[in-house]
Amino acid sequence: MTWEPVIGLEIHVQLKTETKMFCRCRNGFGGEPNSQTCPVCLAFPGALPVPNRRAIEETIKLGLALDCTIAERAVFHRKNYFYPDNPKAYQISQYDEPLCAGGHLDVPTEDGVTRIGITRAHLEEDAAKNVHVATSGRIHGATATLVDFNRCGTPLVEIVTEPDLHDAETAKRFLQLLRQTVVELELSDAELEKGSMRFDVNVSVRPAGSDELRTRTELKNMNSFNFAAKGIEREIARQIRIYEEGGVVEQETLHFDPTHEESPPMRSKEEAQDYRYFPEPDLVPVVPGSDLVDRLRGEIGELPGARIARVAKTLSFYDADVLVTGGLDRLWAAVVAAGADPKEAANVLANQFVATGIDAGAVDAGELAKLVSARAEIPRAAFDEALAKVGEPGFTAAPYLEQKVVADAAELDPIIERIIEANPAQAEQYRGGKQGLLGFFVGQVMKETGGGADPRVVSDRVRTLLS
Amino acid sequence: MTVDTLRLSAEEANKLIADGAISSDELYRAYLDAIGERDPELHAFLHVCENDPGAGIPIAIKDVIGTKGIPTTAGSKILESYVPVYDSTVIANCRRRGLRVIGKTNTDEFAMGSSTENSAYGPSRNPWDPSRVPGGSGGGSAAAVSAGLAPWALGSDTGGSIKQPAALCGHVGLRPTYGTVSRYGVVAFASSLDQVGPVARTVRDCAFLYSVISGRDENDSTTVDVPEVELPTADDLKGLRIGVPKEMNGVAGIEPGVSAAVNKTLELAESLGASVEECSLPRSVDYGVACYYLIAPAEASANLARYDGVRYGLRDDGADFREMVMKTRHAGFGDEPKRRIMIGAYALSAGYYDAYYGTAQKVRTVIKREHDELFERFDVLVSPTSPTVAFPIGAKIDDPVAMYMNDVLTIPSCMAGLPGLNIPCGLSEGLPVGLQLIGPQFGENTIFRAAHALEGALGFDIVPERLR
Repeated sequence: MTWEPVIGLEIHVQLKTETKMFCRCRNGFGGEPNSQTCPVCLAFPGALPVPNRRAIEETIKLGLALDCTIAERAVFHRKNYFYPDNPKAYQISQYDEPLCAGGHLDVPTEDGVTRIGITRAHLEEDAAKNVHVATSGRIHGATATLVDFNRCGTPLVEIVTEPDLHDAETAKRFLQLLRQTVVELELSDAELEKGSMRFDVNVSVRPAGSDELRTRTELKNMNSFNFAAKGIEREIARQIRIYEEGGVVEQETLHFDPTHEESPPMRSKEEAQDYRYFPEPDLVPVVPGSDLVDRLRGEIGELPGARIARVAKTLSFYDADVLVTGGLDRLWAAVVAAGADPKEAANVLANQFVATGIDAGAVDAGELAKLVSARAEIPRAAFDEALAKVGEPGFTAAPYLEQKVVADAAELDPIIERIIEANPAQAEQYRGGKQGLLGFFVGQVMKETGGGADPRVVSDRVRTLLS
Repeated sequence: MTVDTLRLSAEEANKLIADGAISSDELYRAYLDAIGERDPELHAFLHVCENDPGAGIPIAIKDVIGTKGIPTTAGSKILESYVPVYDSTVIANCRRRGLRVIGKTNTDEFAMGSSTENSAYGPSRNPWDPSRVPGGSGGGSAAAVSAGLAPWALGSDTGGSIKQPAALCGHVGLRPTYGTVSRYGVVAFASSLDQVGPVARTVRDCAFLYSVISGRDENDSTTVDVPEVELPTADDLKGLRIGVPKEMNGVAGIEPGVSAAVNKTLELAESLGASVEECSLPRSVDYGVACYYLIAPAEASANLARYDGVRYGLRDDGADFREMVMKTRHAGFGDEPKRRIMIGAYALSAGYYDAYYGTAQKVRTVIKREHDELFERFDVLVSPTSPTVAFPIGAKIDDPVAMYMNDVLTIPSCMAGLPGLNIPCGLSEGLPVGLQLIGPQFGENTIFRAAHALEGALGFDIVPERLR
């Protein structure tokens, strides 16, 4: 039997507002534990929440970017559960009247788009951070728990998708596209390593062609897109194996730990919580007027999904996807406009520039265009050095462009001959048919010339001189 | 100068200081002396402040209202060690006017009760008869004001906790319109119902204190702008249209002596120029208490969940988080909070929400509409505040439902978010009878005017007979 995976995502994004969701504490990562706290976010008796206007506006903006309907009246609810990181023992969240509902995000593909439904996007507050004191540093085997409330009350947007995803790769690309959307709207840093973007994945499988929804499992705490894809694939395979062996998939939450082969179960169905949601009586309903919604709509520029489709008309779909989700397509367009070859520029940006960690916004596209155009003519070392400095103020390409690559056989041959002499064993092996050693000799020459030789000419000359 | 705290109104006390007849410290000392003399019997206070700063007159504060640096227990063991790091907005407002906290007054645990017998620190006693309850939950503030231990006090009212003790101890108490007084810093019982209000000896004191504590507060999203408070002066009730809801004046369990005092007051009102007409609140009275005992416990079940032993207050250690929380809450809460937490959690739980909490919210809308309709024809509605006079300590403590029925007449207007004021209107069997005046939303000034004229005409002596 063939099986069709059914995947839904639940994504949490921390908003980078000045202050927390319901109090005036600074909203920022780090700081001495419990230094960014007040009676409200510590849930002292009598403290009351006051909603952050900015956070509400940003959630609406994200909702608009996801083509959601913005509620005329949205309500905060209390979600009740006891946990040390949840000081009120309820989280102020949203339940049946969220700010944003019924949208979608189109994930571009080679031949069009895959439309992923957005069930809802709502606003809530983040929990504190439990520090489980134990040798492993993870929940399992912890012996004590310390709580840092600095994070408690950070505005958090929860985005829930329809179960419209059917493979790990699309799920991963959806997440990357959503992340880039959030970053470009300047709502969040959405950094997975810092936890400012987090996601859970619901996975089930069903016989291909069926429209039933079988028991799903939830994968939690994945901190990279690749781990997510890997975890989804593994979970799909596990469920298929269970069904094919005549078993039953149990509803459970799997705490994903990339250092382990299996995902250990966290919570089974029997312990499923009843959160006893009810409208938060300390807050009044949010009523976003059409003026506000129109203003926020006007602040949204061209979104990444649309740009991938546009850039893919010039480049390969893959390059377009990498450039846009990497936040590099605008720089690419500027570099191309300044005269660089589109494909060359894309290669440099997607493969080399991205590794430098330089802020694309700091780059003078005209100077970068000169570098890209001269890449074949200047020494590799000079190019790398220039690229590393391309974000510095006042950077000019001129000094690097003057360094010409050595492509003259007369100049290169004596060096190559010396190296062959110094490595007689390798030379013999090459001549005996071990063609792979060509790279060894080319590498030695490049090293000898400090990267100043043209590798294509060098490899040509090595081949000739060794024959 | 010697001060008779039993007789002194806040207005008079304030004048003594303004005139330089007495210093703020001397006045404060006089009240401390009164507390020293009478509180051992009455147990109105859980904590007495030796010398709270300020240049004005003293005020007693119900112990659910958070006071920076002064213990605030809400009458519960779970907060026995708790000292707030911030002032409630109402306290900040009082301090701005120079008021000095003289002490924290007893309350049923988390304001849950009608007699103060649910206080973890023992009941307060009624100054008119110490074998009887002072009402609740604000029995401490009521006893303190009645017995001259403070010129006035702050209470909090969820379903009658200001009005009912004022009735049982024979003084003035206002539950303001919901949203006019900040709840910031006040230990929450039921957020959609809780309101802080003045407990006073005269209607003018009550109105003045209301003007001090009310107003929009940026720390409480549910507060609104409040019409300017007018201190009442008129002696007559010309043009006032009084509605007398028949269900609230004929409900089973109203004592004959209570009805008699109220009816006499209505006749008096007519003689002062008011029109008095019977009207009806059929569903509000029938369903008010049932509805209240779903909504208030539901909200309480969440509001009291923060007392988990993690950050402050009592902690009873356990092997893990869950056990620590369970042991802490088992040891820290008394029976009534536990009962309400269970009722509330049940009313909110999956599968029961619609039938209980959801339905109660709908009924609440009906109650509000029923009141609104009456205020198209009337300026105030009048009824007894409590069906009975003060009852003996212990008489109802084993019968929670009988205790809940004390509030049958105060609860409906609380559910509707409306202001209600108690004035003493006579005696029955030697104990005070309270008259409840209910106004429309933001109708405090109308209530003050009516209550002030009646107060003058009634000439009720608020000093308990045994203390005169």
